This record gives sequence, structure tokens and C-alpha cells, in this order.
Amino acid sequence: MAKRRRIPAGYLFLLPWFVGFFGLTLGPALTSLYLSFTNYDLIQSPGWVGLANYVRILTADSKVAESIHVTLLYVVLSVPLKLGSALAIAMILNRGLRGLPLYRALFYLPSLLGASVAIATLWRQVFSGDGLLNRILLLFGIHGPSWVSDPDTAIYTLVALSVWQFGSPMIIFLAGLRQLPRDIYEAAALDGAPPAYQFWRITIPLLTPVIFFNLVVQTIEAFKAFTPAFIISGGTGGPINATLFYTLYLYQEAFGYLRMGYAAALAWLLVIAIAAVTALAFLSARRWVHYEA
Amino acid sequence: MLYPLLWMLASSFRQNSDIFTNISLWPDRVALGAYARGWNGLQVSFGVFFRNSLVISVLAVVGNVLTCSLTAFAVTRLRFPGRDICFALMLGTMMIPYQVTLIPQYILFLHLDWVNTILPLVVPKFLAADAFFIFLLAQFFRGIPRELDEAAVMDGCSAWRIYWNISLPLALPALGTAAIFTFIFTWDDFFGPLVYLSDIENFTVQLGLRGFLDSSGTSDWGAMFAMAVLTLLPVLAFFLFFQRTLIQGIATTGLK
Repeated sequence: MAKRRRIPAGYLFLLPWFVGFFGLTLGPALTSLYLSFTNYDLIQSPGWVGLANYVRILTADSKVAESIHVTLLYVVLSVPLKLGSALAIAMILNRGLRGLPLYRALFYLPSLLGASVAIATLWRQVFSGDGLLNRILLLFGIHGPSWVSDPDTAIYTLVALSVWQFGSPMIIFLAGLRQLPRDIYEAAALDGAPPAYQFWRITIPLLTPVIFFNLVVQTIEAFKAFTPAFIISGGTGGPINATLFYTLYLYQEAFGYLRMGYAAALAWLLVIAIAAVTALAFLSARRWVHYEA
Repeated sequence: MLYPLLWMLASSFRQNSDIFTNISLWPDRVALGAYARGWNGLQVSFGVFFRNSLVISVLAVVGNVLTCSLTAFAVTRLRFPGRDICFALMLGTMMIPYQVTLIPQYILFLHLDWVNTILPLVVPKFLAADAFFIFLLAQFFRGIPRELDEAAVMDGCSAWRIYWNISLPLALPALGTAAIFTFIFTWDDFFGPLVYLSDIENFTVQLGLRGFLDSSGTSDWGAMFAMAVLTLLPVLAFFLFFQRTLIQGIATTGLK
């Protein structure tokens, strides 16, 4: 039988993805790299400025420094607190209590809803000067500050919002806990190992691949967070830039002031930062993540 | 955990004067005034926002499920030169934060005259741009026995028919997971509509809610809570009916 030469069907199946990959990902990524060396403002054609954008970002723009500070503070506080809560609740749920699916679902619900504007607006009310939290504190005779409009506390309301959504890492921890081999624990119990010892010497080491996965995913998510800060600060990043996430500053530069070239440079620095942190995590993983289980 | 949520629900049935003083979860009397005020609180009725959000979300689901499954099928069930490189590139795009492609994409859509239409929010979904879902479906397709494909080829089935008549029906659970998550993510998306939609007639529910915050300042919290509750309802409905699917999806893929 004569074999006809024809285009493998696979290429036809991949056609939409090809168009998307070149038109929406690779092309734009390279374009934004080019724009980051220009002063493009959407109106005039881009003019080459060399490294000027990067130099200004790294040395002369105090708002960049502030936004990096805010973002790092958010990442460093929210990720460990979120993962800690997730692991703690997962451990409790894993004890085989009745109604596990119900509890799991209830703890997960905030994760599912948390990204919406509705929850961000709720947060803004709860932490306002005469909001829900202060009403409750008043019952105990405490006069709370206006959490969202005080520059010293505003960032913590966003951290709280993030920690409140610990449900999805919790589910991943639960799935991981269920795969831990029973016999190790039985052996440990026979040898008289106390629960704390079992936790630190058995559970945590065996769980390190899951911890690592959650850590990387949640850290990247935290770096990219945008909506809560935008809604709680009304788009300003205030009070006095206390919630000016890096992504929010990038948005303001691009779509508020139309400084597209500058914003493209900001975006590339964000990519480099995320890539560096991820690479660091993978390098450190060799020291503390155990895959032999 | 759920106290703030339930309190918001209770508050949406209260008078504005009560919202800031009443911390209980039980409304003494059910007043629907806030819902009426909220529904017509902006120049455009909230119904328009719901319609816009629904159109965008449904189109996103169709596009994502169709093109991501095509792509996932190709890289797992078909053989052709360069296949593995393509799959590696797909995984690579998952690492790229959207901020990097955002500005050139915006300029591109501006030149196509698509800004202030739903096209920038919908067309990428028809180009398999959500690599995450490709990955999710690819994992599933890998699990389907190869003998099925081989038998079908013996019987003279084309690649398309194997995809459409054999693989897709078998992958329905995974397609369902992808569909539900696409719907919820698109429904909740704030950034895309914020960048691309500027006329209030085109607003999604998320932008509508935010419009509330801007226009009424903080005066009519009741109306805003009422609308906030309504925007959460579709997601809640999916949660109630498909929580098993959702939770399995997260447990197996590590999805947000």
C-alpha cells in the first residue's frame, strides 16, 4: 500500500495552541522585553532609552522600593502563616473524625470565594474604623484602630485575607497525609516514640515533597496578588503606599500613566524575581526535601 | 472561618444603620430593600453585569475545554516530530506571570480595536492559552489505555474521530473539572475586565461591585453587600453541587 505524505494530524490539533503560543505568549513576551528598553507611551512610537528604565527602577524610584518592601512583607508573612494553618488543620482533620468531607468543604470554601471582589469589599468593611472587628472588640472594651486606613496595620488585613484562604493547601496536605505509610507510625508507637517526636521525625520529613509544592505555588501566588490590595485601597495602594503591591504599582504605571516601557521593565524584573525565588527553592530542596518515601 | 461570610449575608437583609452596629448572624426582620437599591444602584442595572459575566464565562468554558483538550490529546495520544518540545513549551508558559505579556497583548488588542469588547477576555481561551488546563487534561488522557486507540486505527478511525468519539467521552470527569474551574476563575476575574472593559454597559459583576465602592463611597453598604452576595451565588452553587469534583481536582493537581 502506497503511503501518502501528509501533515501529521497532531499539527492540526495543535493549531489553536500554536497561534496562541506565538501570538499571545512568545511574541508578547519578546515585545515586552524590547519595550522595557524604550519610553513607549501608547501615543508616540517607542524611543530607545537603553537601560534607563532599569536604572531608574533600581536606583531612583522610591515607590518601587516601597512596593518591593510591601510585597516582600506580604509574602514573608502570609505564606508561612497560611501553610502553617493549612498543615495544622489538615493534621486535625486527618485524625479520622466523623464528617470529614463536611469540614473539608467548609474550610475550603474561603479559598474558592476569596479571589472575588465581593470578599475584598467585605474585608474592607470588617477592618474599617467602625467595622465588624472593632464592634466585636468593643464588647471586650477595646477600641480598635481603623485597620485598613492606618498605614501601620493595612498590610496585615491583606495578610489575614490570604491566611483565611488556607483551604486549598490544606486539601493538598490532607491528600499527602493520607498516603503516609501506617506501619512506620505503628513501629514508632511500639518503640514508645511520643507524638511530638513522631510529628517532627516522621510526618514532617515524609511530607516535605508536599510542603515544598505548596510553598512554591503559594509563594508565586503571593508575589502576583493584586485584587485584594486594589479593592481595599480603592486602587491607590494607600494609605501612604502601605498596600502598594508591586503588581499594583505596575498596573498604575501602565494603565494610569501609560508608561508602557517603564511598566514592561517592571514586569521583567518581577519575572526575574519570581524565577530567582523559584530557583532558590529548588536548589534548597536538595537539602530538605525527601523523595525516597 | 465562615462568620464574616454569614455576617455579610445577614447584613444584606438589614437597614444600613444596623449594619455597623449589629454583629449577630440572624436578621431580626428580612428587608429586601438593599437588594432593590443595589440592583438599580448604578446607571446600568446589575442584570446587565450578570449577563456580561455569564456570556464571558460560558464562552471561556467552551473555548478552554475545546482547545485545551485538543492540545492535550495531541501531545499525549498522537505521534509527530517535535511533540515533546511542544509539551515542554506548554509547561514553560505556566511559569510565565501574566504581567510580562500583559502590555504587548493590550497593545495588540488595541490595534485590533478589541479593547472595550469581550474579545480580549474570550479569544485567548479559544487559543489554548491556559496551559494549566492542558496539563490537567494531559494527565487524564495519559491514563486511557493505548489499545483503544490502536483498535480504532485498525478499524480505520481518523485521529479526529478517536479524539471526538473515544477520548473525549472517556475524559468527561476531567473535562468537567476543567469546565467548573474555568467558569469560577473567569467569573471571579477582576484584573482582565479592569484592563479591557471601560464602558459601564460592558462591565462584569466584579467591575460592577467595584463601581459601587467608587460611586457610593461607603454610604450604602447594605446595597453593596446585597450585590456581593448575588455575585457569590453562582460560585456557591458550583461548590454545593460539585464540591467532590472540586476537592479532588485540587488534591490531584494542586490547583489554587
